[in-house]
Amino acid sequence: MTMSQQIATVAMALLAGALKVSTPFLFVSLGECLTEKSGRVNLGLEGTLIMGAMVGYATAYETGNPWLGVCAAAMAGMILGAMHGLICALPRVNDIAVGIALMQFGTAFAFFLGKPYIQPEAPHLPDIPIGAWFDVGGTGELQLSPLLVCGSVLAFGMAWGLRQTRWGLILRTVGESTVGARALGFRVDLVRLLSTAAGGALAGIGGSFLSLAYPGIWSEALSSGQGLIAVALVIFARWNPIYCLFASLLFGAAGALGPALQSVGVTEAYHLFNAVPYILTLLIMIGSSSRVAALRAAPAELSITR
Amino acid sequence: MSPPRKNVLGVRLDVTDMSKSFNGVTVLDSASLAVGAGELHVLLGENGAGKSTLVKCIMGALRPDGGQISVDGIPVEIRSPKDALRHGFGMVYQHFTLIPALTGVQNLVLSRAPIPAFIDWEAELKALTRFVRETGLDVPLDRPVSALAAGEKQKLEILKQLYLRRRLLILDEPTSVLTPNEADSVLGMIRALTRAGRLTGLMITHKFREVEQFADGVTVLRGGRVTGSGAASRLSITELSKMMIGNTVIAGHPTRHSAALGPVKLEFAGICANNDLGHSCLEGFNLKVRAGEIVGVAGISGNGQRELVEVASGQRRPTDGAILVSGKPYEATRAQNDRFKVFSLPEEPSRNAVVPRMSVAENIALRTFDKPPTASLRWWYSPKKMRERALCLAARYSVVAPSIDTAIEKLSGGNIQRAVLARELSGDVEVLIVANPCFGLDFVTVADIRAKLMDQRNRGAAVLLITEDLDEIMLLADRVAVMFGGAIVHSAAVEKVDRLSIGLYMGGYEHGPVRTENSQVSLNDAPAST
Repeated sequence: MTMSQQIATVAMALLAGALKVSTPFLFVSLGECLTEKSGRVNLGLEGTLIMGAMVGYATAYETGNPWLGVCAAAMAGMILGAMHGLICALPRVNDIAVGIALMQFGTAFAFFLGKPYIQPEAPHLPDIPIGAWFDVGGTGELQLSPLLVCGSVLAFGMAWGLRQTRWGLILRTVGESTVGARALGFRVDLVRLLSTAAGGALAGIGGSFLSLAYPGIWSEALSSGQGLIAVALVIFARWNPIYCLFASLLFGAAGALGPALQSVGVTEAYHLFNAVPYILTLLIMIGSSSRVAALRAAPAELSITR
Repeated sequence: MSPPRKNVLGVRLDVTDMSKSFNGVTVLDSASLAVGAGELHVLLGENGAGKSTLVKCIMGALRPDGGQISVDGIPVEIRSPKDALRHGFGMVYQHFTLIPALTGVQNLVLSRAPIPAFIDWEAELKALTRFVRETGLDVPLDRPVSALAAGEKQKLEILKQLYLRRRLLILDEPTSVLTPNEADSVLGMIRALTRAGRLTGLMITHKFREVEQFADGVTVLRGGRVTGSGAASRLSITELSKMMIGNTVIAGHPTRHSAALGPVKLEFAGICANNDLGHSCLEGFNLKVRAGEIVGVAGISGNGQRELVEVASGQRRPTDGAILVSGKPYEATRAQNDRFKVFSLPEEPSRNAVVPRMSVAENIALRTFDKPPTASLRWWYSPKKMRERALCLAARYSVVAPSIDTAIEKLSGGNIQRAVLARELSGDVEVLIVANPCFGLDFVTVADIRAKLMDQRNRGAAVLLITEDLDEIMLLADRVAVMFGGAIVHSAAVEKVDRLSIGLYMGGYEHGPVRTENSQVSLNDAPAST
């Protein structure tokens, strides 16, 4: 292989990786973005993700239809989100503490319910093979998940909805000023409940991708903290759904760097290359933050002391 | 802007014999009020006079025990805020209710019911810009509210009320967080609107100047009773103050004892500093303050005053230059404050001078808690002694608090400032740095604070007074220094200056009042020469 071929192979592998593993990042970060826009942080989405994966897998196995699995995962996520929303509406409850509790709960409960589904094989979501569209070698691996397409459309739809619709304006108002929103007659707790529930549903869908598409199994080691990373992605994406999409793709590509280099014979420091996403996050965070303009885009009601 | 009187939208409001008591304490005692259509009426009174209660009854936030409200001569029943809104009553508060992160257009669209399901922001901006132009006002609508100056925010609040077609506007101390120039601009706008008949205004204030310059009619409240009312032009300040404070003793005009000037106590030598955005905002600031004088630094806010005070109090690092106290370098550490006897009254005391959630006693003890007699062995402090001392000081400085153990954030602005005075002025003061000490405070407190500052000067302290209130400087200072663009551009003894020339220096006219053919133009341009 010549040098340029090697580079092409690595680039193609990165693209394939981005398309393959970015979906859970995308759905969880969109869900978290929606929730945080209303002025609340739901750290429980890691638990929601795992719960979604388990429920999705179990439903697909029992019914034989992976799409029903996705719907069931969304429902399960919505229930966990609504729990967060309801508990946080009580006086003097801290949303971050509740989120951490729900993360533990979601994970453990999914493991408990999911024990019988570790062995059986559930039907997978279909993929759209797009490798044939390119006239380059080594593209056989390129596959596009319909969920990623849905998620991308959703990202643009959410950006538009936040900007141009009544719902979006009300959501942003609630996230920017509780007092102001109350004065305008909006039901702050209800808006936050709905947005947390919707955010949970999205995270649930992200989870169903893990168990029904890639890696496409149900096990207790299924998630390696994607839910938590996605929460951090929202900050990196400056609470902008479209940036969430790009950030998710970037993260997916970075995650594929280790295997991609391995495929062209670079085997030293394989584990170091696998750590690239995390190093990348740190570098981007440092590079894009500034003491002065720090978190200017953050909804004003986000706070750790409430 | 002559008033076309024909289609007056503002309503006529009559309130008769309104009473309200809480737990047997009468707060409002058959108060009556008459506001003509298109009038700007002022409700004057000290804190606790019943102004807010009266206004809340009109707005439906409180149910009065008795009394009648009429709109345009027709008796109406106001049971809830919704009823008040239906009659076209609107309210503007001291503090802003706009959503800071949203733009003016977004805020206005939000306030409108129903909000369209899909919003075409360009069309909204166009329509609202047209609306703003019709009202003859100038408020930027396409910037986030947080980026607006306080005066612009308050104008936007008023604009919002107009947009919602409110016909009676109740303004609760609308200028208390504004600088004097902004206040004039906002009140001028309200008066223009009432003169044009678009609104009737009822404004709560305790500033006589606002009554004199802007009001048509006045009603004065004291202890829940109306103690006088009439046309603003017919009532003198003396009469108004008598109605307002009755027999309360207020500190007299501060008297200046002539004394020999002492040595230079406080010196700023070429201070340079950056603001929060990293831009240079102090560019070689030089100033000397001698013992036994008050040096007043005048200037329009935003010319580096805030940063100067922060540098002087150790909250901001200068990029160059030094502060000297009695000739020795000073970096505002606690040890140096003790040694050089440097004290300060920063602006916004609730942010810069106190720990909001700590008690009044603890806040008063912030400078002394680790020293005898409050502490022994330098670290064993006695809460009992701290409270005793705080009680004694609170009484001496008339701090009114539910208890000495109340969190200081629960106190009114005036009482927080009094508690800070008690802490800063009760010791032996050699250098005193003061910034906007009377901002938003009531009449009695203001007189009191000014007398205490003069007192320190007479005792031989070097006082640096940084304020946006030119009147305060003319009243208190021995020497005036004008700050512009991060440096002192002019300095003179107070007898040798007049407001006009100071105003020109404040506006950046480097050479002061130049008499030329178009001097008229430059006078009008100078922001603070009114």
